Amino acid sequence: MEKDLNWREYIITRLIKFSGYSAVIFVSLIFFFLLKEGLPTLAEVPLGDLFDLRWYPIESYYGILPLITGSLLVTIGAGLIAVPFGIGTAIYLAEIAPRWVRNLLKPLVELLGGLPSVVLGFLGILILSPTLRVTLNLPTGLTALSGSLLLGGIAIPTVVSIAEDALDAVPKSYRDAALAIGATRWQTIWRVTLPAARSGVLTAVMLGVGRSIGETMTVMMVTGNAPVLATGLADLFSPVRTMTATIAAEMGEVANASTHYHVLFFIGMVLFLISMTVNVAASAVVFRQKKRAERVLS
Amino acid sequence: MKRIIPLILLFIFLVSCSSSGQGGTDAQPQSYIENKGSDTIVNLALAWAEQYQMDYPNIRLSVTGGGSGTGIAALVNGTVDIANASRQIKSNEIDLAADKGIVPVEHIIARDAIAVIVNPENPVTKLTLQQISDIYSGVYTNWSEVGGEDRPIVRLSRETNSGTHVYFLETVLRLGVKDSDTLFSTNTLLLPSSEGIIIEVRQNPNAIGYDGLGYVPHDLKVIAIAPEAGDAFILPSVETVNSGTYPIARDLYMYTDGEPTGAVKEYLDWIMSAQAQEIVRELGFVPIN
Repeated sequence: MEKDLNWREYIITRLIKFSGYSAVIFVSLIFFFLLKEGLPTLAEVPLGDLFDLRWYPIESYYGILPLITGSLLVTIGAGLIAVPFGIGTAIYLAEIAPRWVRNLLKPLVELLGGLPSVVLGFLGILILSPTLRVTLNLPTGLTALSGSLLLGGIAIPTVVSIAEDALDAVPKSYRDAALAIGATRWQTIWRVTLPAARSGVLTAVMLGVGRSIGETMTVMMVTGNAPVLATGLADLFSPVRTMTATIAAEMGEVANASTHYHVLFFIGMVLFLISMTVNVAASAVVFRQKKRAERVLS
Repeated sequence: MKRIIPLILLFIFLVSCSSSGQGGTDAQPQSYIENKGSDTIVNLALAWAEQYQMDYPNIRLSVTGGGSGTGIAALVNGTVDIANASRQIKSNEIDLAADKGIVPVEHIIARDAIAVIVNPENPVTKLTLQQISDIYSGVYTNWSEVGGEDRPIVRLSRETNSGTHVYFLETVLRLGVKDSDTLFSTNTLLLPSSEGIIIEVRQNPNAIGYDGLGYVPHDLKVIAIAPEAGDAFILPSVETVNSGTYPIARDLYMYTDGEPTGAVKEYLDWIMSAQAQEIVRELGFVPIN
């Protein structure tokens, strides 16, 4: 019996260890695959051409700058919508709403997160973009703004769900203490609860941004896919082409191991590096804050 | 541990059931033809496949779209039997195919006119090829420059993997001049499907787009085109395409690896028959003979 238990213990430990390592293994395998397929680009396309302003692969124009700025613009726009709305909703659900409202609203918000992005894209083409064109008097409604609005909508459930969990996990004693020394409800939320839940809220924002920059189907359907360099927020009102839409639209067409194929993987590498930077930066901030919090408490 | 054994037995039982089930359907001899490529051709290829499978029930045809480039890439990568293309194969694609030991053989299967379309609210009804070229390359940016209202021009195109895109670039933007390097204006919207272009043209009076004639719905306005300034403006139709007066019409192709044999050859022979070419006419394309 004793033997049997040890043996089982051994297997279970190993399995859990393997699951722990598997994420690391998969990420590094993906990264090495991207490197293997993407790095030949640097030998085939001169750097000056690669960071040029024109993307027209069938005539060997491989300038990826418009695609990078396109993705960044749509993501920033989505962030400007999803972060305030998402955190606002999370605060309402965790701090203000009565229990029954929260129990009703939170599953609904999470249901919104399960909407297939192609459905949102279709609504975007048929309803959102014509409305934007008419109300804002734009030449066309297929713009970065339509993409940002829909991506904001896609990211909000992620932000709400995680930020609300973080706020909910703040001990009741914090709020009681704040209220006891005479803070108003708003002061308690803004100065005590939200800072206490900071790392969770930041994770929520990060995952929301990650969701937006990686989203493909919706942006491909509504942003117009014109590879024009975006230089400022004013370009939200003109069409853009994102990195994800480019890969999705063109990967099916390329022959294996052609220059175009390598450049598409290179774009994949850039996308990977951007989301990794966002992740590392966010976790560095969380880490620093934790250290300071520990110092204060000790 | 004991509880696991019945589970394993159940699993084995299920696996053996499903494999014997497959054995049953395999009893009848079948040929399978994989057919992929041009979105322009996909409806025609589907209509042919349906008719053919009705007449020859032992043949299975699978038809998918994705664009001419996609179909040719699939042929080069060896995953399909027939690639549909609305443009001729390019020399670099032939080279890539040769590297993999594949010899693409061309078959002309039908003809198609490209219609230039605008919103019905747009008063412009006719343009010369040169004007369309200048609109798409970014010389003209307002409809008033080509006789329309004071509205910005929104250019719509298919993605670069579309054979229609390449054909339009060569025949309209570059006016058939081989060494021309005219390109689409960078703010041309590249939409992933014919349907995307039609939806946008239908609701946006600023838009101009192009699509195979067989796909243009009746509620959109088709532009009459003159090859040169001073020539008559011609609307696309079976008659004007066959007489050669409508300037943007092209052949549609199927490519096979080497000369076709067996089931693929029989299918391609049938496509040239009067019965199959009648389907071409019904779908708004132009029969080859």
